[in-house]
Amino acid sequence: MALLEVNKLSKAFGGVKAVQNVSFSIDAGIVYSVIGPNGAGKTTLFNLITGVYTPSEGEIRLDGKEIAGAGPHTLARLGVARTFQNLQVCMNMTALENVMVGAHLRLDRNLIKAALRFPALRRRDGELRDEAAALMHFVGLDKYVAARADAMPYGALKRLEIARALAAKPRLLFLDEPAAGLNPKETIEVDHLVRKVADSGVTVVLVEHDMKMVMNLSDRILVLDYGKKLTEGSAAEVRRNPDVIAAYLGAHA
Amino acid sequence: MMNFRSPYLGLWLLVAVLAVLPFALPNAFYMDLAIRMAINAVIVLGLNLLIGFAGQISLGHAGFLGIGAYSSAVLTTHFNWHPAFAMAAGAAACAVLAALVARPIFKLKGHYLAMATLGLGIILTIVITNEGAWTGGPDGMPVPPFALFGFELYGEKHWYWVVAAVLAISVWASLNLIDSPFGRALRALHGSEVASQVVGVDVVRYKVAIFVLSAVFASLMGSVTAHYVGFVTPGVAGFFHSIELVTMVVIGGMASVYGSVLGAVLLTALPQALATFEGWETVAFGTILVFTMIFMPKGLVPTLAAKLGRKD
Repeated sequence: MALLEVNKLSKAFGGVKAVQNVSFSIDAGIVYSVIGPNGAGKTTLFNLITGVYTPSEGEIRLDGKEIAGAGPHTLARLGVARTFQNLQVCMNMTALENVMVGAHLRLDRNLIKAALRFPALRRRDGELRDEAAALMHFVGLDKYVAARADAMPYGALKRLEIARALAAKPRLLFLDEPAAGLNPKETIEVDHLVRKVADSGVTVVLVEHDMKMVMNLSDRILVLDYGKKLTEGSAAEVRRNPDVIAAYLGAHA
Repeated sequence: MMNFRSPYLGLWLLVAVLAVLPFALPNAFYMDLAIRMAINAVIVLGLNLLIGFAGQISLGHAGFLGIGAYSSAVLTTHFNWHPAFAMAAGAAACAVLAALVARPIFKLKGHYLAMATLGLGIILTIVITNEGAWTGGPDGMPVPPFALFGFELYGEKHWYWVVAAVLAISVWASLNLIDSPFGRALRALHGSEVASQVVGVDVVRYKVAIFVLSAVFASLMGSVTAHYVGFVTPGVAGFFHSIELVTMVVIGGMASVYGSVLGAVLLTALPQALATFEGWETVAFGTILVFTMIFMPKGLVPTLAAKLGRKD
């Protein structure tokens, strides 16, 4: 059984049909990419699956369990994590704290114990601090471990989001344009990072415009255009598909 | 700024100041001022958890203060309740009321809490003013002293130590809270609500929890004020008092524990210091606020901390 199954998913904003009747499934352990021209509905699709939006129609199953309409914090509980195309870093916190927040569900969140400084809670927090620092090392942010989030450059913040998502120990990780706005060197670093994440056993779903990165990393690719599924297949299949070429280049194939 | 050096250093400084202060103060007037500063500081600590850390605004916080104060006054006077139970009943009532108001509001996006609490505060003031048979109406009512295990708290000397201890514990608990999983979730939902949701933070629950906590802080200190002063008037729950509390948060510094204390201390002292301006004291007060906000928009403590941090 596939880890994630999406069946006839649709989302309309008033008259705009951002996602129409899209179906696909993702097997555990692969890198699955969603591509398409700007406005194709990629981010909307992410927002639907991660619970930020509620679908107008259709089903989403995680491990065969229906999750359409469940809120983001419920999905987090089920092992779904994500990053954002437009950065969603908490600028009022340090970089390390941002990563620590990712582990929210794995911690004792009791208010009274926290206020009274229960030793068990403090100890766990200390362990988490080390764990978060190790994650920052994993994503290549060693030198920002003591930094405030609002003092970090854009490229580092993109990776900080990945570290935060990993802190949740997800099974399914959605990366929304992790290389957007990065220079070529940084893009290659993120490429390697995504590979490392996938190799660690996390199923990765990727939205990305950098085609070299997508072709290089993806086991399967879904192509969206105007909210509809254009095609789905391996990198080689998608690359040869005349409809895909037409959608990207506007050619009449 | 919390992770540089130990944030608990300031707590020890505060404890030291609180310990020597009564011996340095010349007379009961200053003792009274110190007590009122400390009471305000505890309320502002709670309010800052809500406003500064969680990013939610309450414009009716004095209403909770009023509930606490009048619970203590009415239940002890008319029903002969023990002051401790009356105080607990007020806090419980505030907790229930805050949860009832906040739950539906936090399901909406935007700053509706400010509107709702504004209304709530005004309604409470009207109720207190109109229920003259119970509350003495606009004239207020006397409150019997607070006694525990046969020991009666009376006068500035007693109350100072009680309030000082409460303040020190509140600062300690606030510092603990913000650097815990609960506190990080709270700050995260302020920093990015959607990001906190996708890591599993149930934002409605956290906002309600911190709102209830800050309401309970306010209620308890309302009861303390009532017993200490020995008299309550509807002004305690009034809109201007609510605004004054928010101003203390903003001037001292949003999301700053020590800022809460400093804001409360300064704004409690300022009207006294400005008394020489006679009719113009409100104007002077307003001018100081305006200039503080222009030159230190983040509030006193965060601005000063940033300045000092840059030097070394």
